[in-house]
Amino acid sequence: MLNNQIITSLFATMALLITSYSVTAEPLQKQQTEKLGLEISQEAKLRDTGWIDNTSDMLMLLRNKQGQESSREIKTKTLELLDDGDKSLTIFNKPRDVKGTSFLSFSHTVGNDDQWLYLPSLKRVKRISSRNKSGPFMGSEFSFEDLSSFEIEKYRYNYLGNEQLNGFDTFMVEQFPADENSGYTKRIVWIDKAEYRVQKIDFYDRKNSLLKTLSYNSYKQYLNKYWRADSALMVNHQSGKSTELQWSNYAFKTGLIDSDFNRNTLKRAR
Amino acid sequence: MKVVQKIKVILLICLSAVLLPLATSAADFEFNGKVGIEQRYFVEQGQYENQLAHSQASIFIEPELYLGWNQGSDTIIFKPFYRQDSRDDERSHGDIRELSYIHASDDWELRTGIRKEFWGVTEFQHLVDVINQTDGVEDTDGEEKLGQLMLNLSLVRDWGIVDMFVLPGFRERTFGGEKGRFRGALVVDSDNVSYQSSSKDKHVDFAVRWSQTLGDFDIGSYWFHGTNREPILTPTFNGTKLVLSQYYNQMDQFGFDVQATIDDWLWKLETIYRTTDEEDFWATQAGFEYSFIGVFQSNADLGLLVEYGWDSRGEADANSPGANVQNDIFFGSRLAFNDMQSSEMLIGLGADLDHNAFSFLVEANRRFGESFKVSLDVRLLQSTNNADLLYSIKNDDHLQLGIEYYF
Repeated sequence: MLNNQIITSLFATMALLITSYSVTAEPLQKQQTEKLGLEISQEAKLRDTGWIDNTSDMLMLLRNKQGQESSREIKTKTLELLDDGDKSLTIFNKPRDVKGTSFLSFSHTVGNDDQWLYLPSLKRVKRISSRNKSGPFMGSEFSFEDLSSFEIEKYRYNYLGNEQLNGFDTFMVEQFPADENSGYTKRIVWIDKAEYRVQKIDFYDRKNSLLKTLSYNSYKQYLNKYWRADSALMVNHQSGKSTELQWSNYAFKTGLIDSDFNRNTLKRAR
Repeated sequence: MKVVQKIKVILLICLSAVLLPLATSAADFEFNGKVGIEQRYFVEQGQYENQLAHSQASIFIEPELYLGWNQGSDTIIFKPFYRQDSRDDERSHGDIRELSYIHASDDWELRTGIRKEFWGVTEFQHLVDVINQTDGVEDTDGEEKLGQLMLNLSLVRDWGIVDMFVLPGFRERTFGGEKGRFRGALVVDSDNVSYQSSSKDKHVDFAVRWSQTLGDFDIGSYWFHGTNREPILTPTFNGTKLVLSQYYNQMDQFGFDVQATIDDWLWKLETIYRTTDEEDFWATQAGFEYSFIGVFQSNADLGLLVEYGWDSRGEADANSPGANVQNDIFFGSRLAFNDMQSSEMLIGLGADLDHNAFSFLVEANRRFGESFKVSLDVRLLQSTNNADLLYSIKNDDHLQLGIEYYF
C-alpha cells in the first residue's frame, strides 16, 4: 500500500517536472530544435558583434593531477572582420624561454585559417599548418579550436532545452563542428537567457564521451554592451588536469587597423 | 676597433632618439635574457694534433634590454652575447647580437643598427639566408649568426613587403682554434684575411627583398650585392706554420624561396644563383614536412621531413673544391609531446648520394620548472671519402648537454 502511494506520488512529481521543463508541453520537432539552436547562437554572436578591435592580457594556469602548476602569460590583439573570421596577434611572455614568440592568425569562416609563427631566437617567421585544431595550446587543456573566434558557420545546431545554472536561466544548445579536423563530435553550450553569454561548455571527444568542461566566471560589461569573463576554468575529466584562464586589461576600440596584422608586426610584437 | 667605433655612433644615435621621448612620455622597459652551461663529450680522440681529447665545457650569457615607447612604435633593443670556453680560445668570444633602433609606421618600418635577419623556409640547409655572417664556433649547424650593421627600410604594400638593406661593414666568419674540434688538419687563421674589394671589410653591401603571401603560398625573392659570407680558404705559411688564410670575394646573389602550406603538408623550396669572379653556380634545397596530429593515442604531434640538396658545382675533385651539399638527402622526424614542459625531440639523418658521408643527430629538450631548459644532443659523423667535409670531422662524434636559465 505504502509502496503504491510512493510510486504514485513519484509519477506525479515526474509528470510535473516534465511539463515544467518543456513549457510549450508539445514536443518540438527536430527541424524546430535545429532552428532554435541556430537562432540562439546567432543572437549570442550578434550581441557580441561591433566591438571593432580588442586587446587583453591572459594568464594561463596549468595544473596536473598531482597539483603541479605551470603558468603562461599571453597578450592578444584582435581585429574584428564582419565579412570573414577575425585577425589576431598572440604574443607570449611566459614561460620565459618562449618570450617574444608570437602568433599571427587570419581566421576564416570557411576553410583553413592562415597562421604564422615567429621564433625570436632564429628571427624566423614560419607559416604553419592550421589543420592542427585538436592539439593542445602550449601544453594546456585548451586546444587551438577552443581559443579561436566563434563563427556561426563553424557548427550545426540543436536546441536541447532550458536549465538553471548557477542562478541563471539558460538555454542548452548542442553544437556539432562542421570541420572534420575538429577534436570533438559535439559541444553542449549553456547560454544565459538574460544576456546571451556562454556560461558553460561540455566537450565530447571523437568517441562521443565527455572529455572536458569549461566554465566562465565573473562576467563584466564593457562599453555598455560587450560581456567578458574575468576567468574561466577548463577541466579535463579524462586526465584530471585543468587549466584556468584569467583575463585582465580588456580594452575595446583601441584603434587597431589591418596593417597591425602582418609579418612585420608579428616580428616586433611585444 | 672599427666595430667599437660603429657601436659608439649607433649608441649616440640611439641615446639621442631615446632621451626626448623618455623625458616626455612613459616608456616600457624590459630586462631579460638567458645564461647557460654546456658540456660536450667527444667519444674519440681528435684526428689532428693539439685537438682537445674528450671533454669541452663552456658557459654563456645573453641578456636583452628592451625599451619601447609610442605604444611600441619606437623600440631599442640591446642584446650582447659572450661565451667562455674551457678549451678552445677561439670559441671564447663575444658579440653584439643586436643593438638597434626601430621606428614603425602604418605601412613602413625603419630598422637601424646591429640586427639579425633570417630568410628561408627549409630546415637542413639555409641557402637563401645571406644577410648575417655565420658564428661558426657556436655550433656545427651554422644557425648561430653574428650581428650585422644595417639600415633596413621595410615597406608594406598590397602586393607584398619590400625590404631594402644597406649593410655598411662586414663580419668575418668565426672558426675554431687549434684545440677545437670540428676542423680540418689546418687551422683557419683569423689574422690572415684578405678581400677582393679595396674597401675590405668596410665594403657597403646592398640587398632588396620582396615577400608576399598568395593564398597557400608564401613567396620571397631577393638580390644581394656585396661581400661573400663564405671565405675561400687557402693553405698559407704563417711563419713556419701552415694555416688557412681567408679570402672574401664580391658576389651577386639571386635568391628565391617558397612554401606551400596545404592541409597537413608543407612544401618547401629554396634556390640561389651566385656569381663571383671565381665561379658561378646554382644551388637548391627542396622538400616537404608532413604532420601527424595526436600520435600514439596521445597529445603528441609527429612531423616527418624530407629534403634534397643540389648544387651545380658538384662534388669536390682534384681540380675544384666543389660543394659540400651537391647531391644530398636529409630525413628528419620531429616529435612534439605538447606537454606542460614542452618536451621535444628531433632526429635527423643526412647522406651524400655521390659518396660515403653520413651525419646523424638527435636533439631533445624539455623545460624544468618555469625557467630552466635542458637539452641533450647527440651527433654522429661518418665518411670514408677524404674530399667530403665530414671526413675531417669524422672523429668528432659527441654528446652535448646544455642547461639554460631564463631570467
